[in-house]
Amino acid sequence: MALLNFITHRNKYSNSEMMTHYPNTTDHYRALQAKSLLYRKTLLKLIYSAKAGHTGGSLSCVDLLNVLYNHVMDITPQNFTQMNRDHYIHSKGHAVEALYAVLADKGFFPWEALETVGKYGSNFVGHPTRDIPGIEQNTGALGHGLAFAVGMALAAKKDGLTNRIFTIMGDGELVEGSIWEASASAAHYKLDNLVAIVDRNTLQISGQTEDVMAMEPLEDKFKAFGYAVCHVDGNDIAALVDLFDQLPFEKGKPNLVLAHTTKGKGISFIEDKAPWHHKVPSETEFEIALRELGLAENDLEVVDGLE
Amino acid sequence: MDSNETSMGVANLDAFADTLIELAANDHDILVTASDSRGSGRVTPFAEKYPDQFIEIGIAEQNLVGVSAGLASMGKKVFVVSPACFLTARALEQIKNDVAYSDHPVKVIGISAGVSYGVLGTTHHSLHDLAALQAINNIDIVVPADNFETGQAIRAAVVHPRPIYIRLGKKAMPILHDPTTHFEIGKAIQLTPVREEYDVALIATGETVAPAFFASQLLAEQGLASCVLSVHSLRPFDEQVVEQAATHSKSIVTVEEHSVNGGLGSRVASFLMQAGVFRPLRIVGIPDEHTVTGSQDEIFNHYGISAQGLAQTALQLLKKETV
Repeated sequence: MALLNFITHRNKYSNSEMMTHYPNTTDHYRALQAKSLLYRKTLLKLIYSAKAGHTGGSLSCVDLLNVLYNHVMDITPQNFTQMNRDHYIHSKGHAVEALYAVLADKGFFPWEALETVGKYGSNFVGHPTRDIPGIEQNTGALGHGLAFAVGMALAAKKDGLTNRIFTIMGDGELVEGSIWEASASAAHYKLDNLVAIVDRNTLQISGQTEDVMAMEPLEDKFKAFGYAVCHVDGNDIAALVDLFDQLPFEKGKPNLVLAHTTKGKGISFIEDKAPWHHKVPSETEFEIALRELGLAENDLEVVDGLE
Repeated sequence: MDSNETSMGVANLDAFADTLIELAANDHDILVTASDSRGSGRVTPFAEKYPDQFIEIGIAEQNLVGVSAGLASMGKKVFVVSPACFLTARALEQIKNDVAYSDHPVKVIGISAGVSYGVLGTTHHSLHDLAALQAINNIDIVVPADNFETGQAIRAAVVHPRPIYIRLGKKAMPILHDPTTHFEIGKAIQLTPVREEYDVALIATGETVAPAFFASQLLAEQGLASCVLSVHSLRPFDEQVVEQAATHSKSIVTVEEHSVNGGLGSRVASFLMQAGVFRPLRIVGIPDEHTVTGSQDEIFNHYGISAQGLAQTALQLLKKETV
């Protein structure tokens, strides 16, 4: 079970503070890329160990979570009880394994705690809950996160706070009517402190999102609802850093990011395959996946001259 | 208290709105959120007096509850004011997940509840809310009987540490309690004098407490002693007082402005059976049928939710017992 020892896979970037101390942007990007690899390994181990979880969607949004938690948002275990910090709501709650990996790395709980994910009696449920340090809202039923984030952003505006409220939604989730109810209110109350991100991986459990229920053109729809809309490659660390550094996109408008991602990103045989929505890797698949991530880590270190 | 002495108050909704205006003056964290329901919720004066403490969401109940949970998570004391029929059906998943499961102390105010909307029909009736919410963990449920209970419930709700649902009607209610009565969420109130033995326990909640109380006066005229309980809290449920009343009574009639399935009557019956207290019992409420068209009073009369109807039910029950 050595493969499942979550501690052995900590790397030199683990448990670091906001990674803004890198003098050189290339080093900063490399450090973030290394974190993404660590998170991918961790979330795969969680799913393999629990024999349950959401593989594809965790892998597609993990770069977004990485950049948000390690570059953009001011959220730490130390400031978590304060109101005037940034806040994050995981609206696509099924991708909880990615969030667990990031929160462990941020020091919200020890890595060892992850060994209980999905186990009998554990607080680590298969969707986010406030029982876990670092998680602000129980999510998992889709179409809930945005309205909750609107409420937080509205409260922050009322209290004159300077923080931002972030949420990541799935693209299949956008068919929920409550998303559009919340969108109307976000624009009505001019919540430019709200950052809504769509993990646009184009797949959902039954297949292509456009085949299940056509929602394009998404940019036009969100713009018509009053958002300032930006596109980004949601698996490109440098592009994400660059985009989020520009927040808010437009004064008086809520921010919406269409983050174009690959479902299952980072593992060759999982990428862009609908059945991997919640498929659990077999032992062989798990070992190959870890090997692929190990090779990617080696590449990064060679380029980086770290070892 | 004699029916001749009973004076009329205002609608519980008005008592709620007046109390909130008073409380919000000194507490700027009190917010009211509404779904185009400020008029029906009697909170237009609140919105005019405290525009910064009133948030309009429009006709979107799911968003209303989701946004309110987000506000509460940032330390606001949020009263969600929306018709009970829509709030507890359309937004049930938000109440379950965003409020109850996530444990944000939102105050969910179901207005014009039960059959308050009368002739507007089943779309506007809420006869399922107590059943649905009792099956959801971590939300307290309060159904005030009169203006006093309403005011007390709202004051308690402001500082209540858990999610809470308060169900209010829009008809003017008689004043049933002395203002010095002790009110506590989770503690039932007995309206009739304490005795060693009662012929019938009339166990009621919300706007049906008044007809239960008046029924006890009709029964008294026939020499029958009643124990009338206002079980304003369905959760926490006052097992102690209900068991005591049942133990000292020959029979039990429960009454509620709700489906006979899953409300107060079901709760009382299941509790007493499990407590080993067996008494002849009738559950009066809205039966499992297409609800008759009529005003709230007409619907109440139709289903025996009246002083006469309840007294009649009690008499039948007692006769049955003695046969």
